[in-house]
Amino acid sequence: MDFALTLGIIVIKIAVVFGIVLFHVAYATYFERKIIGRMQARHGPMEVGPHGLLQPFADIIKLFFKEDIVPSHADRWLFYIAPAIVVISSMTALSVLPFFEGFVIADINIGLLFILVITSISVYGIVIAGWSSNSKYSFLGGLRSAAQLISYEIAMGLSLVGVILMAGSMNLSDIVKAQHQYPLGMFAFPQFLGFFVFVVAAFAETNRAPFDLPEAEQELVAGYFTEYSGFRFALFFLGEYIAMLTMSIMVTLCFLGGWTIPLFMTNALPFLSYVPGIVWFLMKVYAFMFLFYWIRATLPRYRYDQLMAIGWKVLIPLSFANVLITAFIMRWL
Amino acid sequence: MPGTYIPSEYLPILIALMAATAIVVGGLLFGSILRPRRPYPEKLLPYESGNPPVGEPRERFSIKFYVIAMLFVVFDVEAAFLYSWAVAYGNIGLYGFWGMVIFIVIIFIGYAYDWKIGALDWKDANEDKDKDKDTKEG
Repeated sequence: MDFALTLGIIVIKIAVVFGIVLFHVAYATYFERKIIGRMQARHGPMEVGPHGLLQPFADIIKLFFKEDIVPSHADRWLFYIAPAIVVISSMTALSVLPFFEGFVIADINIGLLFILVITSISVYGIVIAGWSSNSKYSFLGGLRSAAQLISYEIAMGLSLVGVILMAGSMNLSDIVKAQHQYPLGMFAFPQFLGFFVFVVAAFAETNRAPFDLPEAEQELVAGYFTEYSGFRFALFFLGEYIAMLTMSIMVTLCFLGGWTIPLFMTNALPFLSYVPGIVWFLMKVYAFMFLFYWIRATLPRYRYDQLMAIGWKVLIPLSFANVLITAFIMRWL
Repeated sequence: MPGTYIPSEYLPILIALMAATAIVVGGLLFGSILRPRRPYPEKLLPYESGNPPVGEPRERFSIKFYVIAMLFVVFDVEAAFLYSWAVAYGNIGLYGFWGMVIFIVIIFIGYAYDWKIGALDWKDANEDKDKDKDTKEG
């Protein structure tokens, strides 16, 4: 009975989180098109519903009705499972993220490490998709994805070491609590080097502009998912947007104080402490999602040897320096 | 069972994994009822701007970053060491600090050597032979 109750709570939590995230993903595509449209002095989607608000549902319905084409000579089974790997890994990553005080599906003590591990798995899906499609564009996209992974992954891992040092824990809830006790309220200030490295690596991890090399539409048609159509095509998009959301949440939790706001703000304006934590949390996450769109509309794409040079010659030394400086300051200052 | 550690806090992750799999498989099965299936040979050709594909897509291809790929493995393991060190840092004091400084210095000697011999650069196999022909941009 007790076990059944626990299980029931877990299932309800998962249903709530997945439902909210899928809804967010649907509207993340809408807002991306709207915001980039506005930045380019046009309206974006306007036809379906008022101001195009029903556009995501029209897209989903359309993609369900599209034919699922598997190119001849494709590696059929790998072609089938590649999008599933991308989506399943990015959805599973959501299960260790706390959304507000005490609300997390799985409160494990290595949450941060788990996120890094599980989000890296989606790269396998991309490489497999590129390989199995039997198309030159897909093949190049898959190769670029592999090149991209080995460029940013180490810097991303190292940039979080400073956060772990300051929090003394890899549990994401504990990291948020440690930030709340910290005078400035956010690790983004003392960990500005780590913050910078992590944000750059987060753009590379999610294959977003300016590091959207694996799908570079002007060069590679659509990169690794050139040959995909219908619902499988949609799965890649789903995976990418969930990864964007996961990265926004990670930045919020590790550097921006999660669902808390700095103590000096609540001291100055006491009424702010009555605002529920989820509101702060969502504001920070949305702000970071906006940054994704903004940068996509602003910056040109890097070449992948440039990305590799940035990763190995700039980000890795910076993040090593960040680890040493943080450790030194914590020991003696 | 006494003495058996059951990592019960990981159970929700397993359930989430199954739920995600169910969503993906369910969506694909649901879509397979709705969508048409009318393949013909031209439709199944790999996309190459409308022309029939030329040559083999999976031909041998110089990836040029295999040295970095090998270095990646080494550095990633080192990053993993730093994680456990960072969690314990509050309890291991001065010994822990200098231990990690020595570790990072050793890494950095290797890293500086890699940089110096050009292992981190974009290496073209024929670059030395036809350097004058090679016009490099930006």
